[in-house]
Order: sequence, then C-alpha cells, then structure tokens
Amino acid sequence: MSSETMTLNLKIWRQKNAQAEGKLVDYRVENVSPDMSFLEMIDVLNEQLVRKGEDPIAFDHDCREGICGMCSMMIDGKAHGGYKNTTTCQVHMRLYKNGDTIVIEPFRAQAFPLIKDLAVDRGAIDKVMMSGGYISANTGNAPDANAMLIPKPIADEAMDAAACIGCGACVASCPNGSGMLFMGAKISQLALLPQGEPESPRRALNMVHTHDQLGFGNCTNHAECEATCPKGISIEHIARMNREYLKAAFTYHEKNRSEGGA
Amino acid sequence: MSINLDPKIPQGDLKDKWDKHKFESKLVNPANKRKFTVIVVGTGLAGGSAAATLAELGYNVLSFCIQDTPRRAHSIAAQGGINAAKNYPNDGDSVKRLFYDTIKGGDYRAREANVYRLAQVSTNIIDQMVSQGVPFAREYGGYLDNRSFGGAQVSRTFYARGQTGQQLLLGCYSGMMKMVAKGKIKMFNRREMMDLVTINGKARGIIVRNLITGELERYAADAVLLCTGGYGNVFYLSTNAMASNASAAWRCYKRGAAFANPCFTQIHPTCIPVHGDYQSKLTLMSESLRNDGRVWVPKKQNDTRKPADIPEDERDYYLERVYPSFGNLAPRDVSSRQAKYRYDEGKGVGPTKQAVYLDFRDAIKRDGRDVIAGKYGNLFEMYERITGDDPYKTPMMIYPAVHYTMGGLWVDYNLQSTVPALHVLGEANFSDHGANRLGASALMQGLADGYFVIPSTLSHYLASTPLEKITTEAQEFKDAEEAVRIQTSKLLGVKGKQTVDTFHKKLGHYMWDYVGMSRNEAGLKKAIDGIRKLREEFWHDVNVPGDTGNFNIELHKATRVADFLELGELMALDALERNESCGGHFREEYQTPDGEAQRDDANYAHSAVWEYTGPNSSPIRHKEELKFEYVQLATRSYK
Repeated sequence: MSSETMTLNLKIWRQKNAQAEGKLVDYRVENVSPDMSFLEMIDVLNEQLVRKGEDPIAFDHDCREGICGMCSMMIDGKAHGGYKNTTTCQVHMRLYKNGDTIVIEPFRAQAFPLIKDLAVDRGAIDKVMMSGGYISANTGNAPDANAMLIPKPIADEAMDAAACIGCGACVASCPNGSGMLFMGAKISQLALLPQGEPESPRRALNMVHTHDQLGFGNCTNHAECEATCPKGISIEHIARMNREYLKAAFTYHEKNRSEGGA
Repeated sequence: MSINLDPKIPQGDLKDKWDKHKFESKLVNPANKRKFTVIVVGTGLAGGSAAATLAELGYNVLSFCIQDTPRRAHSIAAQGGINAAKNYPNDGDSVKRLFYDTIKGGDYRAREANVYRLAQVSTNIIDQMVSQGVPFAREYGGYLDNRSFGGAQVSRTFYARGQTGQQLLLGCYSGMMKMVAKGKIKMFNRREMMDLVTINGKARGIIVRNLITGELERYAADAVLLCTGGYGNVFYLSTNAMASNASAAWRCYKRGAAFANPCFTQIHPTCIPVHGDYQSKLTLMSESLRNDGRVWVPKKQNDTRKPADIPEDERDYYLERVYPSFGNLAPRDVSSRQAKYRYDEGKGVGPTKQAVYLDFRDAIKRDGRDVIAGKYGNLFEMYERITGDDPYKTPMMIYPAVHYTMGGLWVDYNLQSTVPALHVLGEANFSDHGANRLGASALMQGLADGYFVIPSTLSHYLASTPLEKITTEAQEFKDAEEAVRIQTSKLLGVKGKQTVDTFHKKLGHYMWDYVGMSRNEAGLKKAIDGIRKLREEFWHDVNVPGDTGNFNIELHKATRVADFLELGELMALDALERNESCGGHFREEYQTPDGEAQRDDANYAHSAVWEYTGPNSSPIRHKEELKFEYVQLATRSYK
C-alpha cells in the first residue's frame, strides 16, 4: 500500500435527464490515494460538489465487490475501464498515475435509455429474461437433488455461463449494441443442464425474438463483448445459443391443444 | 403489556410441530387466491423466493426493489455456500444435528421450534434450487459436492464456486421473471419503502418513493411481507451493499412492530482490513477460505518482518492453539474476538496493525496451486485486485468487519410481526440465529422463509382473518404520505454545512468503538449520549442539496441516515440492558477467565423485544422467554 497521492483531471458526462442536453464537464480531484477504488474517487468528488452546493454526479453502484452488476460507466471509452475480469467498482486507482486525464461516460446503447448523468435504464435485460430465461420448476415440485447426475465438466461449463452479472457491458461495448452475450450465456447455461433441456427450444426462440424487438442489435463477431465482460464469459455461449436457435427454428412447433378433460 | 408476544409455537413433539401446523393451517382454495394481493418489499433470497412462490400459487404479488432490477439484491454477494442436512457425505449429519449446531452456534438465544423447522426444510431448498438450474459444484461422478463451514464438524455446505449467493439469487430472480411475464407479479424497481400503512390495526399498504422521479406512491394489499435485509450499515463501514439500509424495518417499528435483540450483530472474522478514511465499504473474504487457510500472527509484538521471513516457531496459529477441535473453523464470533485479542496484545500485522494473516502456504504445498486455485481462484483474484498483493505468494491480511445482523423485527412462528398482516422474512426478522449466525446459514434461512414457511402461514392468515375492502384513498394512506412529505421537506430545509456521509461516518465510529466487537457499560452510555447529540446536530446542520422532483442521491442517503441515527441508539441501549455475554454480544464485564463469553441463563435466557412509544419517550423492553426442552443449555465450547 502506497501513501503517495495523485491529482487527476476528470471529464464526466453530465445530463440532467433523458430529455436534457448532455455534455462533458471538467473536474479536478486532488489527494487521490492509489488504494482507493474508482467509485471511492468519485465519492470524494461528490463530497466536494455537495459542499459547494452543486448537484453530485448520479451513478449506479451497490455491492462494490464486483458481483451485483449495478455499476457501469465507460472509462476512457471502455466499459468498466476495460481491465480484465474487472467491474468499475473493482478498478483501483493504483492503475492510474498523477496528472492523468480520465473520460467518464454512461453506457450507451439503444436499449439502455439514459436516466441521469452516468445512470442508465437497463430494464431491457429483465425483459429478455422474462421471455424465457428460467426453468419452470414451481416450488415444491423438485425431486431429490442427487436424483439427476450432472458430470462435473458440464456443471462447470454451466457455471461459467451462469456467472453473468447482467451489467450490460457487453451491450455497451458492442458496435451493434447487441445483447447476445448475456442472453447467450443464459440460454447456454440452461441448455447444458438436463433440468433446462425440456424448455430449451422454446426458450431460444422466445428470448431471441424479444431481444431483437427491444432494440438490441445482432452479433457480427466483433468479440468486443468477450474482451470487456467483467466475468470473462466466452462468445462460445453465443455459438451455443445460435445452435439452439437454429435447431428450434427447424424442428420446434407449438400446437394449441385443448387441455380439457372429463 | 400492550403488545402480544405469544410465539404461537405449535404443540406436540419438536419433530412433528411443523407438519402438524401445516395440516392445521387453513387453506385458500386456488380460485380464491387470485382475490388476494400481497406486497413483498425486497427481492433478495427471502423476498424473491416468496414473491415467485406466492405468484405461482395464484396470489397477486406487488414486488418492490430498491435497485434497478431484482437480480442485484445484496443476497447476491454471499460467497461461500448454503447449509442443508442432506448428509450426502455420510459423515454423521442429520436434521437434528443441524438444529443442534444452529442453536449452539447462536449461543442458546434462538427459539427451538423455529430452528428445528429451518433444519427440516433445508433439504428441500437444495432440491428446489437444483431443479431451477443452479449449477452447484459437483464431483466427477455427477453428485453434488460439499464443504465445511465454521461451527460444524460435518460437511453440509453446498456451493457454486465463490458465488453461491449470486447463483441462488439468480434462481429466485428467474422464477420471479417467469411470474412477471405471466402477470402475477407486478414489479416496481427503483422504489424505496418510506412507510407502512396500517388500517384498523392491520398492515394494509406501503408508501414508497420512486427514486427516479422522486414521487411518493401508495400501494394497498391484504398483507405486507417485509424482506428488506439487515441493518449492518448503521456502522457505516460493513460488508453490506451501499443501498442496504434499515429504514423500511425502522418505519415498521415506529408503526408498532416490535424490534427484537437489536444488539445482536455479527462481526465476520475474515474481511479485507480498513485502509483509509475515504473508504466506502469493506469486502468479505469467504469463510470457506478457512477450510485450507491457516490464521496466524507473529509471537513477537510489533514484528515488522515480512511474513515469509518469520520462522515457523515464531508464529502463533492461535485458532489451532486455542480451539484444537475446531481449529481454523471456529465460529465467527469466537474467531473475530480472538483476532481482536491479538491486536490488543500488539501482535497485529500490516500498516495499521489491525490485521492478522490467513496463510495458504501449507495448503498449496500439500495440494498444489491448481487445486487451491480451483477452490478459491476467484476470491484470490478479488483480493489481489483490491490490495495489490498476490495471496498465492504472500498470506492474505484479514480483520473482522460488520457483516450480518441477527436481531430484527420480532416475529412469531408464522413469521408475523406484532402488527397483524405484517410478516417479516430473512435477515429482517430475528428468529433463527440467536446471538450468532453460523456461516452458510443466512441463505438457508432466507430461502426457507420464502419458499416453504410463508406460503403456508400466509394462507392461514388470509383464510382466517376478516379483511375490509380498502383503497389507497383511505385517510390512513393520505396521512402516511403526508408524514413522509413533511420529513422530506424538513431534510431539504436544514441547508446546513455537513454532508450526509460526514454524519454517517461519525455514527459509524460510535458504533464500532462502543457497540462493536466488545462492549462495556461506560462505553455504551457514552455511545447513547454521543448518538443523541449527533442526531440533534444532524437535524440542524445536514446539507441535502437539490429537491424532491428528481433522482436525488443525497436525499436518498439522508433519509436512511436519519433512521440509522435512531436505530444506533436502540442497539446501544439493548446492549447496555443485556448484562451477559452471548454470541456476538460481548460485554467485557461478563467473561470467563480465558476470555470467552459468559452467559447468564438464569436472567437472560430471553429475547429482548423493544416497543416504540413515541419520538420523545423511551422504548419499553419486553421479554420473550426462551424455553429449551430438547437441548440442554451448556457452555459453548469449541476447544
């Protein structure tokens, strides 16, 4: 741990609400400790602004340990700063040096409208999940947990996909604003597991359809999403999603059948 | 006594109580369920599982979430695992043993019947979560893997890498999303509960603030489930998320819901130490690390050598020394206290000296780096990101930090508070962990309450209670909303000089110094006096800029801190009145010659239950006597 502090120049996107005009505003923060997290550095700035009677910078954050997915921000043009497997809240100031200028902007994507300053509305992620990102197992239906054996490599791969924190960095980094990495991770996780298999075709068709309707773009293999994903999720899951989707598009047909009985 | 503290424990033998109770509970038939509306505040494991399950059953659920989506509730940060009495490893576990470990772990300050039920339904939770696609760790044969946690000598903890809470929460969340799509859950994100509305003595609605627009909104229902988590952030620095707060529970307390054992807080032994006064939160390093990591300090005081330069015989592996049978897996309260003793003795390490080592050298030598990386890789990376040190090469430095609150709103066996129709689930209630919670039991309790307990007890309440027709136009709603509006304008009107965080930090210092890991009479009195003065100062000198009509983050913080400033005093008062040491509550005056907690079962085998009596009068301390029929009260020993 170092005791030397830094002075940083920040250019931060300020926008009162979705309708207002936004612009980059210059700020200077002194006495930044290298042990601070990036968000703690912004806390310090906000304390300064409040003391001066100015409106503090609105930004989303919560757990500050890299798991809730609430923090966002483009730091110098990269989602979460572009450090390997790191969310914004886990970026520490020892990665910067005295006198650096840092540009901080909100996640920008058609599917994520701006709320204020650096906070955006990522509700579209929930909408994609609602259209099939689950296994329909009502409480009380479950057989014994060990009744279904799942080989370790399969369980591990499902866990790799399940690690998604729903932050939306993949969308913000993609030139097409595509949500296929977070969606592919969920489709892939549930398709890998025997519990998720029965609903797999329906899930792939419905989720992809919803995704497209919400204004997310298509995947054209830039792989920016994989490079920026704070949980290191691989685009192999997009490939598995595509397989599930194609398979379902050719073979899956739902017929309306009467469920009446005597 | 004006409040009813009948715990409503069913008759019969301990192991039959829950089955009998379920059978005797009234049911709501499937066609009638759609006539009832239930408000669920909070979307963590307790709220998420309750909302999804009640919606599946056919009730109309209104779900409220402080974040932008239910998937971010703070249950997500739980790392290590979830306990269940499956006995898959065949190592001697059973429902009775999980029950016994939990009662003993809580230092005999929890209700037997509740804890037994928790142990009974624990096995169903694992089945349920697996069926929802939670990718728990598995062995090569395809069976579920287990590991050990503190306070247990069996391996009963199921886990999904170091992200068990995340995976369980995403399971609940996906169940909720399914029901949102079906229209049975109406989701209200970015809402914070500001007050409870009671009509004819029953909880019938809530007032919330829309955090984006600043508007106050009213919602009515037939019952309210409060699933808003614990109050650890009263300490300012804790492992809780930034938005975790006590306001919803505190407002319910002021509306007549009694608060039980507020002084029972858990200080977790393995957190990354504090390193500066700008710090916003503390980060936990999972207890599971103590399966392989060894905790030690130098034997010499003020030893400034690098850990690698300290020879084996100059190291004190104090947990192994003091507790040979549990070793590094001694429970949290005990391990935290031992770390504090080492600091007090001048043997702490690191720049602030407020740290001890957690060392993986021997485990890496024994099992190889790959095996250790497989078990804890993500935790090691997280540690390195925060501290800049590589735990594969040098021991971690850890120190205790506030983590969980065992106290909470009082509930009976049905999870109903002293306000009819207000049910409290998960960490927000007080019922299952006594004076200390065992590791991997919080996830278990949240899900037990939401998936398996409330569906049964709520149907009984709804089927057996006459409910008047009400709307949000009722006078009680208008009055409650007006009270919130008045408080908000008061906060914005102070226009003082100090920021909200300044007050929160000052409160945190009082709490940590005097109501933290060890407490004494003089210190607690000092805290009570200091917090009262701080509260006065807050209302005269706080600076909350902006107005109500938008996304005002300082206002959101200010309403929470205003409540913490009241709750902190009640915690200190409760600690002062409990003249014994038990679990996480350690009073220096009451200890054994070797520094362990000394309980006073003759006078304190009860839950302290506080009743609010108004802004300018002292709260009343009631008691719920705890009857132990199945376990024998004994001195808790992990030696």
